[in-house]
Amino acid sequence: MTSAVSFKQVSRHFGSVRAVDAVDLDIAPGEFFAMLGPSGSGKTTCLRLIAGFEQPTAGSISIFGERAEGVPPYRRNVNTVFQDYALFPHLNVLDNVAYGLMVKGVGRVERLKAAEEALSLVRLPGYGARRPGQLSGGQRQRVALARALVNQPKVLLLDEPLGALDLKLRENMQEELKSLQKVLGITFVFVTHDQGEALSMADRVAVFNDGRIMQVGTPEDIYQRPRTRFVADFVGSSNVLPPDFVQRYSGQHRWGSLRPESIRVSGATSGDGVAARLVGTNYLGATTRLALDADGLRLHAMVPAGTALPAEGEAVMLTFNREHLHLMDESA
Amino acid sequence: MTIAAVQSKPVPAILPGNGGMRGALSDLLWRRPILLLLLMLLPPLLWLGIVYIGSLFALLLQSFFSIDEFSGLINREFTLKTYGDLFQAANLDIILRTVTMAALVTLASAVIAFPIAYYAARYARGRWKALFYLGVMLPLWSSYLVKIYAWKLILAKEGILTWLLGKLGLLWLLEAWLSLPIVGGNSLSVSFTGTFIVFVYVWLPFMILPVQAALERVPGNLVEASSDLGASPGQTFRNVLFPLALPGIVAGSIFTFSLTLGDYIIPQIIGTSRLFIGQAVYSQQGTAGNIPLAAAFTVVPIVIMGFYLWGAKRLGAFDAL
Amino acid sequence: MRSDRGQSAPLGLKIAAACGLLFLHLPILLIFVYAFTTEEKSFVWPPPGLTTQWFAVTWNRPDVWEALSLSIRVAAISTAIALVLGTLCAAAVSRTRFFGREAISLLVILPIALPGIITGIALRSAFALADIPFSFWTIVLGHATFCVVVVYNNAVARFRRTSGSMIEASMDLGADGFQTFRHVVLPNIATALLAGGMLAFALSFDEVIVTTFTAGQQQTVPIWMLEELIRPRQRPVTNVVAMVVVLVTLLPILFAYYLTRDGDQIAGSGK
Repeated sequence: MTSAVSFKQVSRHFGSVRAVDAVDLDIAPGEFFAMLGPSGSGKTTCLRLIAGFEQPTAGSISIFGERAEGVPPYRRNVNTVFQDYALFPHLNVLDNVAYGLMVKGVGRVERLKAAEEALSLVRLPGYGARRPGQLSGGQRQRVALARALVNQPKVLLLDEPLGALDLKLRENMQEELKSLQKVLGITFVFVTHDQGEALSMADRVAVFNDGRIMQVGTPEDIYQRPRTRFVADFVGSSNVLPPDFVQRYSGQHRWGSLRPESIRVSGATSGDGVAARLVGTNYLGATTRLALDADGLRLHAMVPAGTALPAEGEAVMLTFNREHLHLMDESA
Repeated sequence: MTIAAVQSKPVPAILPGNGGMRGALSDLLWRRPILLLLLMLLPPLLWLGIVYIGSLFALLLQSFFSIDEFSGLINREFTLKTYGDLFQAANLDIILRTVTMAALVTLASAVIAFPIAYYAARYARGRWKALFYLGVMLPLWSSYLVKIYAWKLILAKEGILTWLLGKLGLLWLLEAWLSLPIVGGNSLSVSFTGTFIVFVYVWLPFMILPVQAALERVPGNLVEASSDLGASPGQTFRNVLFPLALPGIVAGSIFTFSLTLGDYIIPQIIGTSRLFIGQAVYSQQGTAGNIPLAAAFTVVPIVIMGFYLWGAKRLGAFDAL
Repeated sequence: MRSDRGQSAPLGLKIAAACGLLFLHLPILLIFVYAFTTEEKSFVWPPPGLTTQWFAVTWNRPDVWEALSLSIRVAAISTAIALVLGTLCAAAVSRTRFFGREAISLLVILPIALPGIITGIALRSAFALADIPFSFWTIVLGHATFCVVVVYNNAVARFRRTSGSMIEASMDLGADGFQTFRHVVLPNIATALLAGGMLAFALSFDEVIVTTFTAGQQQTVPIWMLEELIRPRQRPVTNVVAMVVVLVTLLPILFAYYLTRDGDQIAGSGK
């Protein structure tokens, strides 16, 4: 099956800055795909390469099997929801949504009808006559979404779609985007720096750092089996363990990761386990997060609320199931 | 979901170009942004480069020519003689007079502009703010000649100012002032005082706007903090407001200084028969037909402004423009 | 400067600010009174009587009409040229970062940053060197040169406020470069261009310093006024023309302010 989007050794350099560096990527049709990474990691440039706002310095990009290099954005059947929404302030909401159809020459009656439908799809029926300036942030985003979807793109690109929304709205929008994607069956590619968002929404996640993809996989893969220290560190809050430490428990001299919830903490001072000292507790409601110091190695543990805890500064013993210790590809 | 109503047949991921000249040109300009940039820049650069910069060069070139004193013809040979003429005592007098006037006008404009700018920046809100803004913009954009003309009416011997002072019983003050050397004269409209007033009047808005812009950026609580810390209003002004407004004042002074240096109409209509740089340029190129000397004269304000701008840049005045 | 509290200004400041504004406005208002005076020979105040007869006299003066017609034609053509050049320049400077950007801004601003007399005599000496006789077009050449900056300032301010992703959004939605210009760029900068055009018109209509060097024997309204100021012939006619000039320049300024009132200010450094 042809990929919806395929990158082959794609690079985009700005002078000496390698924004995207020899990236290979395949996104399947109908997939909800997330590009996750810190700012400046190259994820947004990748999105812009798909949209056609940037041209690759090297490598090839194809969209549904068709070569896309040198094709301007207006000839790609790909639409974008911009981070700042980029609604046209001089047009009302309905004309904004109908814009894509207008420039394609669809008649007025027909395109306004389609725009009205798209607005109902994003649950903003009857908002057509308003100006973008009169809408809230969440509403503007829905309009931007409708404006992109009305063109029936083969791929929908979302650039930090929820970044500007407050927490409550963000959670609602996450669910809505997901169900919308299921209903429409369009390939969604979205860029985010929020690992929680990527893990909860996407079918697959690509983790970016320094213009390269560190790991691609399902959210579970990424979370449970990070391949590099960077991924373990960036996705969630795994304890990253140095090779010397790992060798003692697994026999292999490689970097490892251990999720905080896999660590058990007891007040015992002797026996099997890792001797450590409790340096801080952080009450999080359902759980309590403990900061530990094991002979200079900083670790975090997550324990259910209500667990009896030693006082800060006291010596503790850490134990964990060795199966939970994940070995990464990276060796010393 | 019937979004598909518009396009029911399957569409390709890459759409074909829409053909024709327009599509091809659009694609080309998109692929070669440099070409688009050049196309956009070419007309204005050609115009300003040829018409304006070309003329400035022509002017500079002329200043290295000289005039034959007997025939009155321009001798198109490179010489520094004209610049030598520039440094005659009479001409240095003109330069000194103009620079002094420009400095005084700048100073007075700053003093009058400050309260207006400060009020507009700190106290005026909503409609009042708009009104203040228009109150400065309208005189700024009003006809330059009409403004000068208005002052000719005001300063005339039989005009409103004399009448007003007469009503107030202050005519003796005016006469005492007019009997002073240098600043005095037959009437205000033929004295340096008159020239000075009109210069200040005409360039004042150019001072208000940048000062206001600079003050807009000062957080109001800074002033409150200063008085909170026990500073008197005078101390607050000296130590807080003035330093913060200074870039704006310097930015404004670029206008008041430069405009005064180059003006030849105001001193011609309201003032004495002693010349300013602008008048010297005008009469050299016109009645005397000595374009080389006129050109050399214009180099003076350019050089002075060059130094002025260099100093202003170091004070950070350009951010307040 | 923002102050959270709505306290009122000290009395001294209020008085100083009010006096400053009166100083700016009273002289212009005076022009309106003088247009109606019955006095012909001097500028005597208060006017001995009021009359509207000078409007009729002015109306029948062909030299005033000729000057007005020349001024309007020059201003219209100069504004048109300035609109094209200023917009192109603003678009290039604000859309792309390129080497020499600063130099181009400077080049545009220079004709008004340098005293008008320099621009004037520079043009005149260039005409002399190139043996170009004075004509309608020599005036336009000078006016368009310093009008570019007004349009440029307004357009740059608007481009800066216009989100760059809007152009990308338009192309993303299938509009090519020309469609994007027509449907997105133009509607967004239209009012700024209109405002810039208004100001350019007012600037050109009022210009005298450069014009004295480029007009030769032709008379624009300001040149006509300058003649009257130096060698008065019929003072009441001058009074009436002065009033008309104030009104003719006032309206475009107010309109330009209205067009750009939210957000970018009319570029004041325009003279």
